[in-house]
Amino acid sequence: MTRILPSLLAALMCWTTNAASEAPIPPQRQAEIIYLLKHDCGSCHGMRLEGGLGPALTPDRFQLWSTQVLALTILTGRPGTPMPPWRPFLSEREALWLAGQLKQGIRP
Amino acid sequence: MNRVVNGVVNEVAYRMITLTCLLLLSLTVNAECLVRGTGDLGIVVERAAGSLKVLDTTAHKVLFRVEGLGDLSHASAVYSRDGRYAYLFGRDGGLTKVDILCGNIVQRLVQGGNSIGGAISQDGKLVAVSNYDPGGVKIFRADDLSLVSDIPATPFTEDRRSKTVGLVDAPGNRFAVSLYDTEESWIIDMNDPANPEIQRFTDIGRLPYDALITPDGRYYITGLFGQDGLSLLDLWHPEKGPRTILENYGKGQEKLPVYKMPHLEGWAIAGNRAFLPAVGRHEVLVVRQGTWKILDQIPVHGQPVFVMARPDGRQIWVNFAFPNNDTIQVIDTETLEITKTLKPGGGTLHMEFTPRGEEVWISVRDKDEVQVYDTQNLELIHRLPADKPSGIFFSARAHHTGL
Repeated sequence: MTRILPSLLAALMCWTTNAASEAPIPPQRQAEIIYLLKHDCGSCHGMRLEGGLGPALTPDRFQLWSTQVLALTILTGRPGTPMPPWRPFLSEREALWLAGQLKQGIRP
Repeated sequence: MNRVVNGVVNEVAYRMITLTCLLLLSLTVNAECLVRGTGDLGIVVERAAGSLKVLDTTAHKVLFRVEGLGDLSHASAVYSRDGRYAYLFGRDGGLTKVDILCGNIVQRLVQGGNSIGGAISQDGKLVAVSNYDPGGVKIFRADDLSLVSDIPATPFTEDRRSKTVGLVDAPGNRFAVSLYDTEESWIIDMNDPANPEIQRFTDIGRLPYDALITPDGRYYITGLFGQDGLSLLDLWHPEKGPRTILENYGKGQEKLPVYKMPHLEGWAIAGNRAFLPAVGRHEVLVVRQGTWKILDQIPVHGQPVFVMARPDGRQIWVNFAFPNNDTIQVIDTETLEITKTLKPGGGTLHMEFTPRGEEVWISVRDKDEVQVYDTQNLELIHRLPADKPSGIFFSARAHHTGL
């Protein structure tokens, strides 16, 4: 974690500031993202997000993570681990929405 | 008074009749067990529903649906040597023994917090489970699932033990397993089940994530996510220790992000060549077994997940990682050319050949169906409904090392 923090912070500074304030994610797209979370993120994190080769994605784990940092981790991955960048499949707005869902706690 | 006594007697009689009816009913359920062989049967995991279906590959029919199996993300199964019982390993640490002739759960226990598959011993008497959390291997008696041995993995922090991966059975009533966080391979000798003998090999390479044993039971090969190459242990000569093979493959090339880890279990051996998924590349590698030199690299549609040989070794079938997981490609092992690209549908997750290879059964998650293909003309010949199907496991696995 410590070795990727600087790059995360750097990326955070380049973050488009108003991403979160844009129009909400349409329900159809929300369902697609949750399906992706369950079946594709789920192949490493478990379909119930309770962990696997990758760690659990439960709200208790994210207490110290801001939504922004979590969204950036989703988009850029975690170098040195099997976590890939999901930027090709999720917009920043969608990643922020998903990060918010994960912080709240979600059972896909 | 009499009326009261009569009332009590009536109630007792009523209860007894109800009980007898219930008993008869449960006997009838058991009486539905099939009287037949299991050689052409199998199961498909319905991972989201926590259920499985028992398949008849001759009649192309679903025989039973078995529910209540817990979290089946990444579930896998092995079979008892008589081919009657499937042992299912669930993500939630569930170990379930299913009778595929009766379509019911014989026994189920939650043996760990988070698991990643298991194996059955050469003599069929022991079932081993590989656990992520708490990291280690637990070994149970195959008949009654009583615990025989609990083998904790090496700790990598004060309170956490390494995840275990790539657990397989090996000849000589042994199991082999690798440790993800501490970069080890272990051989566990179970000849004296009460006192497992463990041989530990350290520094096998960066981030071992899965492993396989060659069908002859000689080589235990561990995939490394954190570096190029694979770690190979010759089980005929464990004293020589593990060595890295294919270490120069892909050196210095930028790897693509990996959205689904390739599986090694289905590593295809055709003749003396092995076909395996490249990690982070749209390629299938062809390797000479024994020298472990790369003979060829076959460009394919996406990052391969399963690379499986038809049992006669004439064809290789490949499926792919997200976002290319709607496709299957068939490779001719003589010309190394792709003879057909199939589009079964989104979430084409797993495939299993019938024991002699005339058909392949394929899970297509997003269509909620299992598709059956004729492997000679590569045509779709049948579909069966299944709820978000993932792994397919046929009973013929009972008789193969490493499956």
